[in-house]
Amino acid sequence: MIEFLLHNDKVQLQDINPNTTVLQFLREHRQLNGTKEGCASGDCGACTVVIVQLDEQNQLCYKSINACITLISALHGKQLISVEALQQQQLHSVQQAMVDCDGSQCGFCTPGFVMSLFALQKNSSDHQEHEVQQALAGNLCRCTGYRAINRAAEQALKSTVVDHFDPLARDTTQSLIAIRQRPPKDSQTGLNYQQQQSHLPEDLTALAQLLIDYPTARIIAGGTDLAVEITQRAQQFSNLICVQQVSQLQEQQVTDQHIEIGAAVSLHQCQQLLAPYFPDFSQMLERFASLQIRNQGTLGGNIANASPIGDTPPALIALDAKLILRRGANTRELPVQDFFLDYRKTALQPSEFIEKILIPLPEPHTDSDWALKIYKITKRLDDDISAICAANFLRLNNRGEVISIRLAYGGMAAIAKRASKTEQALIGKEWSYANIENALACLSQDFQPLSDFRASSDYRLLVAENLLRKLYLETQHMCPGSSHSAANSTIETRISNYV
Amino acid sequence: MSNRQLDSLSHSQMLDKIRSEISSGVGKKIAHESAERHVNGEAIYIDDRLEFPNQLHLYPVLSEVAHGLIKHIALQQCSELAGVERVFVAADIPGDPDIGPVLPGDPLLAEDKVEYVGQVIAVVAASSMEIARAGASLVKVEIEALPAILDVKQAHAQQHYVMEPHRHSIGDAQAALSKAPHKLSGELLIGGQEHFYLETQICSTVPTEEGGMLVFASTQHPSEVQKLVAQVIGVPLNKVMVDMRRMGGGFGGKETQAAQPACLAALVSKLTGKPCKMRLSRELDMRMTGKRHPFVVQFEVGFTDQGLLAGLKLDLLADCGYSPDLSGSIVDRAMFHSDNAYYLGNADITGYRCKTHRASNTAYRGFGGPQGMVAIENIMDQIAGALQLDPLQVRKLNYYGIDERNLTHYGQIVTGNLLQEMTQQLEESCEYSARRRQIELFNRQQPIMKKGLALTPVKFGISFTATFLNQAGALVHIYTDGSIHLNHGGTEMGQGLNTKVAQIVAEEFQVDIDNIYVSATNTDKVPNTSPTAASSGADLNGKAAQNAARTIKTRLLEFAAKEYDIAVEKIIFINNHVKLGDRVISFTQLVQQAYFAQVSLSSTGFYRTPKIFYDRDAAFGTPFYYYSFGMACSEVVIDTLTGEYKVLRTDILHDVGDSLNPRIDIGQVEGGFIQGMGWMTTEELVWDDTGKLLTSNPMSYKIPAITDIPNDFRVKLLENRQNPEDTVFHSKAVGEPPFMLAISVWCALKDAVASIGDHKHPLQIDSPATPEAILWAVQEMRKLTEGEQSEH
Repeated sequence: MIEFLLHNDKVQLQDINPNTTVLQFLREHRQLNGTKEGCASGDCGACTVVIVQLDEQNQLCYKSINACITLISALHGKQLISVEALQQQQLHSVQQAMVDCDGSQCGFCTPGFVMSLFALQKNSSDHQEHEVQQALAGNLCRCTGYRAINRAAEQALKSTVVDHFDPLARDTTQSLIAIRQRPPKDSQTGLNYQQQQSHLPEDLTALAQLLIDYPTARIIAGGTDLAVEITQRAQQFSNLICVQQVSQLQEQQVTDQHIEIGAAVSLHQCQQLLAPYFPDFSQMLERFASLQIRNQGTLGGNIANASPIGDTPPALIALDAKLILRRGANTRELPVQDFFLDYRKTALQPSEFIEKILIPLPEPHTDSDWALKIYKITKRLDDDISAICAANFLRLNNRGEVISIRLAYGGMAAIAKRASKTEQALIGKEWSYANIENALACLSQDFQPLSDFRASSDYRLLVAENLLRKLYLETQHMCPGSSHSAANSTIETRISNYV
Repeated sequence: MSNRQLDSLSHSQMLDKIRSEISSGVGKKIAHESAERHVNGEAIYIDDRLEFPNQLHLYPVLSEVAHGLIKHIALQQCSELAGVERVFVAADIPGDPDIGPVLPGDPLLAEDKVEYVGQVIAVVAASSMEIARAGASLVKVEIEALPAILDVKQAHAQQHYVMEPHRHSIGDAQAALSKAPHKLSGELLIGGQEHFYLETQICSTVPTEEGGMLVFASTQHPSEVQKLVAQVIGVPLNKVMVDMRRMGGGFGGKETQAAQPACLAALVSKLTGKPCKMRLSRELDMRMTGKRHPFVVQFEVGFTDQGLLAGLKLDLLADCGYSPDLSGSIVDRAMFHSDNAYYLGNADITGYRCKTHRASNTAYRGFGGPQGMVAIENIMDQIAGALQLDPLQVRKLNYYGIDERNLTHYGQIVTGNLLQEMTQQLEESCEYSARRRQIELFNRQQPIMKKGLALTPVKFGISFTATFLNQAGALVHIYTDGSIHLNHGGTEMGQGLNTKVAQIVAEEFQVDIDNIYVSATNTDKVPNTSPTAASSGADLNGKAAQNAARTIKTRLLEFAAKEYDIAVEKIIFINNHVKLGDRVISFTQLVQQAYFAQVSLSSTGFYRTPKIFYDRDAAFGTPFYYYSFGMACSEVVIDTLTGEYKVLRTDILHDVGDSLNPRIDIGQVEGGFIQGMGWMTTEELVWDDTGKLLTSNPMSYKIPAITDIPNDFRVKLLENRQNPEDTVFHSKAVGEPPFMLAISVWCALKDAVASIGDHKHPLQIDSPATPEAILWAVQEMRKLTEGEQSEH
């Protein structure tokens, strides 16, 4: 059984196909037709709804998600709010703003925009323009050209009106705590429907045991990739193990040596966690996917998915991150760069899973300086899959010589991997333009990229070379004793970089 | 209803009311009539309708071969799947199996041969969409592959056309070219564009008495769906009723191509007696339906030392896909707009409608106009490059004149020309010259980032070029409580048509728009309608509704004159009231009195566009009632290491005549511009060499997102310029023209690349100018520059 609030009503589900998406649940099971299907792949945002959950301080936290690729089990212990719940006697202030500013034309994408704005308005009181753009970059509109929607966002975020959700916050919190504390019947929370089942283990031991009991079961975290298999390729999974309820997988910790991130920490949380340490990493994550996807997708999921165009693997390889893998009671440590064996093939053994990710913090040295530069190259600035993602870690000594270099690329091979020959050509050398130019020839030995609809092989190789030149241009004035990791990986921020 | 309250007003209160006009009439800044329902989720699209019991869901079986003969279709496995009602193939169609809109060539279901990957061969009806989909995967089709033509130039070389070539000629292009002091020739590729309406194609059908059909279709052309459904199921048109409340976007994609799902659903309803729904998934929609036509442009141009055009030969090779669809008119419109704002003088413009084995390309906002304009704007840039002039200078030099140099290559005189005036206004307000200098300075100082600037014009002809389509009808009823029911032949796809037409009727009767209900477009109410296309929706249907309202108003005036014994001229409708000399009564009171006096309170209205004619055989005439004008100036920055770019600022000045509703018109201008920018930048269609579309979902096909819009986006409507023609309240059409303002972005990107070579080298970048296309152009420019340096 799973239990959640639909608007303010308690819902318990047992006999429902665990492959059911939240969008299907709303439209087909509840006839709540305000939420629309635009693509069923999490790319257009027309199906955006808001999930409310408790954070560590038991505060309500509002997240926009794509209902079309979120499976129903993800609702357990949460509140689901769809567009129908916003209007009381009057339109909600975000709805009124959309009307006042002409934010709708055909209206089909509009409920999705309304819900993204609602989540944004709920989450903080001090909104930067940048935050608005981030919140809406995953909602496509083909009619308005967005300027009207931008103005609506401005108006909606200026109003500090208390809405009808605020007085109910305490009740909602109590209900969600009650669901969480209720002892699960039959020791398991989950769904059972004909031949299909899903499990929602609550802790690491239960998860590890389930994977030993069902070695062919599929692990689902955010499900932002797995659910696309269901909606786009008509897959039906007979045994799903959902890991989002496992509290240990949600842990984040920063020690003197490293940042520890539980495998099920969302990409949006990672972005916030990493910002002070690795601004470039954080900024790349902003463009990794839409906020709806980043709210749901997890760091562990992006690694285990082992896509050659996943964006976190190059960054983690560049930072020499390690994975803690668990099978039953046994754990082992494996560098991220050794995790990927071949196209979509990983070092995970049957019943083994990623427990956490350890990102070492570069040691500060008075006689050397380091930089992390990440470049994500796409056709469209936001919410687009990389043609190439280059993550570069560089450490220079006070004579300007390369003492450590890790150049990791996505989109250049069947797996995310390092340009080892190019690195070899640079290690120990002076960090100079001439040496870079000499090393560039090695890149074509390191990689023979593919041509596809995102980019040609030649473009990928040329850009890989140019990104190395860019790395040099952006690090040539590094001075020992300080880290040089100011974020500048988007075209707009780069403009000022050369001025 | 506000009338009840108004009826209780005292006479002095009424006198007070009539001091002001209604606040929701023509020209008023009011919101879209559905805005509140859009934001609260109550606006109903076809998939949101209450479902009929026993409804069947349809899923198509698509060809995986671009060209071939169907040898065998194995249906049994599918038929045996639990939940599958039946599988239908071409042989099951009781009526006409062809649903070509103008010319035949679009089989509803492929019969003997397939002509593109994605063509529908069979359709599965089942109790749910999931089962229908599973069933479709069990249908096995055996196809003997034939050679496929997937390249427009190959089709042209083999004269593989869907229609005969057509030419516009003026003067003697050959002679002018041979005398011209400078000559350039070249070839430009222009990509297609997926409509990406957020609501995919959808239709639901219910069988009715006497073999008839009730059809709920998301279509820009209900009358055509009615006609095609009737033909497919073999009944007269009067047995088919099509209802269309709203579309979740259309952009031309639901002009002809909404018919296929509608006809398939009607076919299955007819043969099973059950209600049906066919909703295409995004992937199906992108594979099955046609797009904007890709073009190859081949040109030869002559020009003077100053950059004045002196002879032009232009061949437009359109990739029509496998069938004619609307390609006849679309390529004609491309040819009509190959001048854009420029006097061509001696020119030969030839349009070739090439047949390829791809989905049949179709109407898309601008309808060929954008491709024609891109062809000539490319030439303007080329001339400027060759003469090392500012492209704006070359553009202005070639503009149509006011009293001379104003004859188009198809025989129409350009009247109401606002080009010079609007260019001057925008050049000043956007500080073109000062920014040009700043950008030059920036580019000299920056080795990696380069900026570009371009100001480009739009002149767009308004009217269907198939002259007979320029007609519309409307129906107005006034009920005895004073409320008004309005219906017209146009369709609402987000463009605010219903709002504008309601404003027109509100203005005529001087009643608040809240008093007017615009009901779903319905072939029972207004018959034989034209598609809502060619930007004509408000021009045509607004006039028809105005005429209907005026008929009733005349009856009311005549009645009141008699009843109150007062001259008609002394009766004034104002702010929900009627002033009869010194007396004032409410609108509702007058309506009720007229009813009891047996006056008809219902009327149809009709309109046909005057003045226009066109002789296609002679390629001569006045196909357009008037022209709309627009100007845009865009500034971009590119990264010469990666080809990435960003639009920094766009200034737009656009002409809508006397705006019917400035809020709605601004929305059309902004939305059209961004859609056009997508077409010319990130929206890239890629097929593999078997003819399969690789960019068939939003994961791979990238329309603009919110962060792609110009950082600084300034949009203004030209003020105080009535349409000189007698259009509805002297407004102008606005749907398509702003789309082409986006050419400024493409030209600015080229300007940025050209700056690498100090604007000394010729440059061409095909459309769309993706980051990859920009990077290759940068490489090319660097090579030319290095070559030049090594020569010195």
